[in-house]
Amino acid sequence: MSGLEQRIHDAVHGQTQPTVTVLSSLLAVEDELGYIPKEALEFVAGFSDATVNDVWAVASFYPNFRFEPPSEHVVEVCWGASCHVVGAMGVFKSVLEAAGLEDEGDTPDKRLTVRLNTCLGACSQAPVMSMDHHLSGRTNPDSAAKNVAHLLEQEAHAR
Amino acid sequence: MPVSFEEIGLEAGRRWQELTAGERPWIRIGTALCGEAAGAFEVADAVKSELASQGVSAQVSRVGCLGLCFAEPLLDVQLPGGHRIFYGNVDPEGVAEIVSAHVAGGRPVTAKALGYLAQDGSDAPVPDDIPDLDQHPMRIWEDRIALRNAGNIDPMDIHQYVANGGYQALRKALIDLDREQTLDEVKASGLRGRGGAAFPTATKWSFLAGNPAPEKYVLCNCEEGDPGAFNDKNILESDPGTLVEGMIIAGYATGASKGYIFIRHGHNGPIDRCRAAVDQARELGFLGENIMGTDFSYEIEIALTGDSYVAGEESALMEAIEGKRAMPRFRPPFPAQVGLFGKPTNINNVKTLAYVPEIVSKGGEWFAGIGHDTSTGTVILCLTGPLKYTGMVEVPLGINLKDVINEVAGGMQDGKALKFLQTGGPLGGVLGADNIDLLLDFEVLRAAGAIVGSGGLIAADESACIVDMTRSLIAFCQYESCGKCFPCRMGMSHLLEVLERICSLEGTSEDLALMRSIGENMQAGSLCGHGQLGYNPVSSALRYFGPEFDAHITDRTCPTGTCLAPRYSPAQSRR
Repeated sequence: MSGLEQRIHDAVHGQTQPTVTVLSSLLAVEDELGYIPKEALEFVAGFSDATVNDVWAVASFYPNFRFEPPSEHVVEVCWGASCHVVGAMGVFKSVLEAAGLEDEGDTPDKRLTVRLNTCLGACSQAPVMSMDHHLSGRTNPDSAAKNVAHLLEQEAHAR
Repeated sequence: MPVSFEEIGLEAGRRWQELTAGERPWIRIGTALCGEAAGAFEVADAVKSELASQGVSAQVSRVGCLGLCFAEPLLDVQLPGGHRIFYGNVDPEGVAEIVSAHVAGGRPVTAKALGYLAQDGSDAPVPDDIPDLDQHPMRIWEDRIALRNAGNIDPMDIHQYVANGGYQALRKALIDLDREQTLDEVKASGLRGRGGAAFPTATKWSFLAGNPAPEKYVLCNCEEGDPGAFNDKNILESDPGTLVEGMIIAGYATGASKGYIFIRHGHNGPIDRCRAAVDQARELGFLGENIMGTDFSYEIEIALTGDSYVAGEESALMEAIEGKRAMPRFRPPFPAQVGLFGKPTNINNVKTLAYVPEIVSKGGEWFAGIGHDTSTGTVILCLTGPLKYTGMVEVPLGINLKDVINEVAGGMQDGKALKFLQTGGPLGGVLGADNIDLLLDFEVLRAAGAIVGSGGLIAADESACIVDMTRSLIAFCQYESCGKCFPCRMGMSHLLEVLERICSLEGTSEDLALMRSIGENMQAGSLCGHGQLGYNPVSSALRYFGPEFDAHITDRTCPTGTCLAPRYSPAQSRR
């Protein structure tokens, strides 16, 4: 068993809640690896007595799953209405510029993933962004660019 | 060796006494998602290091959200036997002075204090040079039932919940009332679901109670993907005990065998705090076999979902717990007949269940006496947008929406005027500034084209464009359409296409009629509320702001200039 396969095995078998499903197993793998490799789709299918097709149907439905290894850091900008109305688009534009990206995605050097999030849950602090899942509120284009620069000065986010 | 409820209560009371009137001051820091986003973790770190470096001994707790989110990070100090004195918008650099002067020296930093909250049972004089926080506009209108402990107790410590009356309602239900009497209290309260549909809770429960199957489930919906609403997550982060107790009582009243709390993966604050509340309830014997020595046995499990707004729809929610794609089911059969894993099931929102302990403790009549007409009780509102005071308040239903905006929220920032108010989540509606003289009541708001929904109120000032806002709401609804039925899947895409065209000042004179026709098809042909209500944002915007749409289409101009700026939408959708 390769190192990757071992980690998938341990993540899926390490679930402690009574109700274990295809979705819960995929979430466990994502927590461990930060993405869902092809090996995980196959492993979860075998584990759940489902077809790979069934597992893929679930994995491809929920946009929190990604299928390539994650970048070192991830920045999310909230795109919900509360953030939108106080300038989220300007914050996102500034984050893209700081990352050197045209739109959502990974930087070519895989140091940073930038994505929009439909709601980060801290609407009273809008506009909200998150750096490696740590929330930062009351942002503006300047502070957002600084947040990105500061993040890129740090070592890879320990998963 | 089982410990009696009386012994647990005594121990909880002893611990609470130690916290509030023991040897050491008590520092509480608001660390719900709102606090985190404002920098509360950095403040908590600063408190820890200042206490250590100054050699000061104090108790420190991470509490939830008091509701005054505009003042986050919010920290308060309670000297032994004294009142709580709050500091708002605390930055880590300001912590040293609070620790040295107030915590160690016993002298509040008056100039920086936001206000005090007088504590029951304290005979210390209230400060005369610090404002009374209960007189703050955000608190003076409040009647805190579901939020009674929010911001007061450490959500990770069940003893603090018990010390503040927790699990008394469960004890009353199990020992003093039978299942039917418990259900009768909820019926007498007139409680209606707070997730959006406002269906009478007791009626819903009675469907499940009447089903004799041995295995039945109660589900708590905390998917809460609504942009602009955070009250469900905030209850889980601030006082998960209230929800857990409400769920156990729901299980008892309906004869259910198990409960599931359904939360979106990644919201770690709410998840961790909820897990702690469930685990600790089990340790103290409030969950498991023969609860409080009765023949009632019940378990609660926390189930996580991936990102999906439609997973908050009750039948899609069951699909997600079963590990499938979150797509709604055909009904009938209804969940009370065939629900989760084919078993009879009842689904309630977090806020609905959070009211239940107080309803059982104080009686349904008491709750029915609050509110307006058939909208009984309170509503938990999330106030967002460029308002003077943003945050979460619990006010009686029947309050005037105008007062909520102008008084509770203090009006708009920088003296600007309100332009529109978006209510009830992305499937709700908008109201113009001239149309908010309305009583907050489920029926009144529905008649006005808006809904109470999940309690989200997003205010916008004159700098916002209604066409851009509508496009943003529809972009969300399109992204979140699960894709099961085509009127919603394609309808949302078409609506978004048309709105993009209007925002780009390339709309045509037929576009409004085209959107209406799409909307009618979605309403008639969609399986769930997502498609049925999906045209609401457009229809309500047109109802109050027709001329602004005309300006975009006929005059080829965006009066606020908003539509000229770049727009972005998530690349990956379920189309």
